[in-house]
Amino acid sequence: MALLSVNLNVVSAEESLFSGSIESLQITGSEGELGIMPGHAPLLTSLKPGMARIVKKGGDEEIIYLSGGMLEVQPNNVTVLADIAIRGADLDEQAALQAKERAEKHLNEHGNDLDYAEAAAELARAVAQLRVIQATSKK
Amino acid sequence: MAGGKEIKSKIGSVKNTQKITSAMEMVAASKMRKAQDSMAASRPYAENMRNVIGHIALGNLEFRHPYMVERETKRVGYIVVSTDRGLCGGLNINLFKQVLADAGKHQIAGAEVEFAVVGSKATSFFNNMGAKVVSQISGLGDSPSLTDLIGSVKVMLNAYDNGEIDRLFIVYNKFVNTMTQKPTIDQLLPLPKSDDDAIKHRWDYIYEPDAQAILEHLLVRYTESQVYQGVVENLACEQAARMVAMKSATDNAGDLIDDLQLVYNKARQASITQELGEICAGAAAV
Repeated sequence: MALLSVNLNVVSAEESLFSGSIESLQITGSEGELGIMPGHAPLLTSLKPGMARIVKKGGDEEIIYLSGGMLEVQPNNVTVLADIAIRGADLDEQAALQAKERAEKHLNEHGNDLDYAEAAAELARAVAQLRVIQATSKK
Repeated sequence: MAGGKEIKSKIGSVKNTQKITSAMEMVAASKMRKAQDSMAASRPYAENMRNVIGHIALGNLEFRHPYMVERETKRVGYIVVSTDRGLCGGLNINLFKQVLADAGKHQIAGAEVEFAVVGSKATSFFNNMGAKVVSQISGLGDSPSLTDLIGSVKVMLNAYDNGEIDRLFIVYNKFVNTMTQKPTIDQLLPLPKSDDDAIKHRWDYIYEPDAQAILEHLLVRYTESQVYQGVVENLACEQAARMVAMKSATDNAGDLIDDLQLVYNKARQASITQELGEICAGAAAV
């Protein structure tokens, strides 16, 4: 019998964001986008800043922004250990846009390599937040 | 019977003590709420992390991290989380008793025991006892930060890496509810195995990007989150225990005042009666 749902827990260091049965999960892994369906083989991966699109049992969708973290998949259990996680509806578009501009300015302004990585990471986070906002508002 | 004046001043001093204990009770109650919130916030992360680690310990992984290998137990390390201040009932003592009982078992089995302590109560207790204390940290305050803790944890992890200890436990009070704090000893290293029966066959993960990098990353997160969780739970326990201890101290002071008041009234009455008796006797003599 094919499995129809799998248990998902999304937790960040500050709170538990989601816990329940889902039909599928779309998430940004360090190597690219991942789609997790019930019965997935065991998988352990780190996460990049991006979004998690959760299709709950019954077809409802929920979108959560993740700043990074770890994903563990077991056949009957999926766990997302996020560093920072924010629900799509709670994100602030203005703040994200400003953060993006700031990060871009940082990157372009000077060739000082010291904080290049940090600025790039900040840019990635801001872009990911904007993507989540877009996906949420499209719904 | 003591004179009225002595009893009066005794009542005054008990009243002062009662004022202090009731103030401490209220302070602890408000701090407890804050500590409880921060404990509840980080609990899901720590619990899920423990689950994931439990799964990893069960698996047949291609990369055997040293943290996953069970070694013969020759030396045992404990990270003991205690409070910085006293006046919180038997909280610390219960915890220390539990640790000593557990450490005793290992010592009978021929293992040496060493401690890394958090909080000044544990520091003084284990130093007085003459136990081997490898690192100590105190004065974390009401909102401990991870960066403060890292140092002392690192000492233990390094010792484990170098093979100086073969098992590492974390000891703290687990917050059950305001009245109950449970001394808890959790194994940190080697990774405790999950008792999830569903996944007991041979299997390995698919790793992205690669096994070693991801496991190292995860295990660092794991130890940090477990130690941090232990410290915040212990903090919530401290405030709860102090609140309860101070509440009973306030109540006891109240009882004591009532008793003393009774004694005082009796003494006063007796002295009046005696005086009257003397006056009457004097009058009769004339």
